Amino acid sequence: MSEDKIENTIKDKVAIVGLGETAYYKRGQAPVSEFRLALEAIIRACDDAGLRPAEIDGIASYSNDRNDSVRVATALGLPELRFSNMFWGGGGGGGSGAIGNAAAAIVAGFATTVIVYRALAQGQFGRFGQTPAVNQISGPVAYTWPYGMSTPAQWIALRTRRFMHEHRVGQDALAAIAMACYHHAQFNPRAIMYGRPLTRAMYDESRWIVEPFHLYDCCMENDGAAAVILTSRERARDLKQRPAWVMAAAQGSDFRQGAGAENLPDYTTSNFKTLAPRLYAMAGIEPKDVDVAQVYENFTGAVMTSIVEHGFCHPDEVMEFCTFENLSWPNGRLPINTSGGNLAECYMHGLELIIEAARQVRGTSTCQVKDAEIALVASGPMVAPVSDLILHR
Amino acid sequence: MSEHGGGESKKTYLPEGMPAPAASRDGLDGEFYAAAKRHELMVQRCAKCGTFQFPAEWICHKCHAFDPAWHRVSGRGRIYSWERVWHPAHPALKNACPYLVVVVELEGAGGVRMVGNLLGDAMQEVRFDAPVEAVFEDHPAGHTLIQWRLVS
Repeated sequence: MSEDKIENTIKDKVAIVGLGETAYYKRGQAPVSEFRLALEAIIRACDDAGLRPAEIDGIASYSNDRNDSVRVATALGLPELRFSNMFWGGGGGGGSGAIGNAAAAIVAGFATTVIVYRALAQGQFGRFGQTPAVNQISGPVAYTWPYGMSTPAQWIALRTRRFMHEHRVGQDALAAIAMACYHHAQFNPRAIMYGRPLTRAMYDESRWIVEPFHLYDCCMENDGAAAVILTSRERARDLKQRPAWVMAAAQGSDFRQGAGAENLPDYTTSNFKTLAPRLYAMAGIEPKDVDVAQVYENFTGAVMTSIVEHGFCHPDEVMEFCTFENLSWPNGRLPINTSGGNLAECYMHGLELIIEAARQVRGTSTCQVKDAEIALVASGPMVAPVSDLILHR
Repeated sequence: MSEHGGGESKKTYLPEGMPAPAASRDGLDGEFYAAAKRHELMVQRCAKCGTFQFPAEWICHKCHAFDPAWHRVSGRGRIYSWERVWHPAHPALKNACPYLVVVVELEGAGGVRMVGNLLGDAMQEVRFDAPVEAVFEDHPAGHTLIQWRLVS
């Protein structure tokens, strides 16, 4: 696909102009309802951008967000809803995809100003890390759940283990990813794990969830909401903040990645192999041009394969590349998840990673990469579909 | 293939109370469950192009012939990946951790894989590519699980 010439793209035609986040809470501790959290994040994003909520005419989200677009439009009294869109698939695979869909809608003329939001109050609804208590199941999950293989941690551990076997990767690479995320959270007062640094000894001594994942290899479960506003090039220039330009976006899935019972043909992929070449082609850059990356962490093992599939290192070089020194701010070759991410800032299904990428190109991160021009976001790993985004200053 | 039993002290590898597998109501995979009850292992194999497929689908992903046929496989395979689970994600597993999950690549089935538990000591050292065979684990509730045992 990368050989195809991409002519009519979204590149540099749309910008992220507003960022909004509620306070982030531990699971079950949000003091208000999930829908109210969504509204608060949206209002904060409008204030940040310097535009009125009435100027929003499009809504996009992902992961089957419970906070229906029409209810949001009604609650905010939007004069007109021109674009209403949900990215298919669960988990974090759709974060960058929702941004890409919003950008495409603006370029296509469907809408002028689109809000992307994600709100989660797992205490008020079900948890992601638990198997629903049902007596009987059918379909592909009936070939795995009865054997105690039902959660994302459990399927991603199986695939990570195989990748580690094929490419001689040890536990150090996983530990380095977790420690880099926790390190960055120590500079970010918004982070749940602010003030709670992670040492290698703590990592090694923490309990196994499922081998090879310790507790600290796993994302948190949180309550909160986040929102991002996109608008056209012309409008972006008149607003309050320095625009974070959408340089490229991609979404999709590789061959039969939805095959159940672990029958996906490319077993260890993070599912970015087909996306990354398209993403870089649209942006007109190479991996070496990326200054900072926000790589969705459901589990550290899938971060490792995402780093590989975006061309930052060869699969057989993971042990050399995925070190704390390389992945951490301020001196790393590729600082990742510079707000703390899903592991240590907040599990907002990766929308907080997109907000952090926008902060990096604005120049306002708490771990600001010096002269950062280009920030990459990888959303999803080891789910289907997944999505990607590149922002630039 | 062999029956469950031998020297194992537990009747079933995991405790009762886990979700029980059942055929889809639309009839897609009834053959698989009927075969498991007879202690036979079946996967789809397209009668037109020979492509193996599992879990079942209404169409062959290779040649697009509808209703791929069911094909009996040997029940032997090799460990493709594995994990030791320590955190119970279901109430019935509260006192069952750790336990072992394996992904088995079946022999003579075009790379089809199945997920099950590796019978025996949960703390045993597990080797990639170790040969295993299916063990049919009948449950009092009426369903049969496909488990795996190392073969020498």
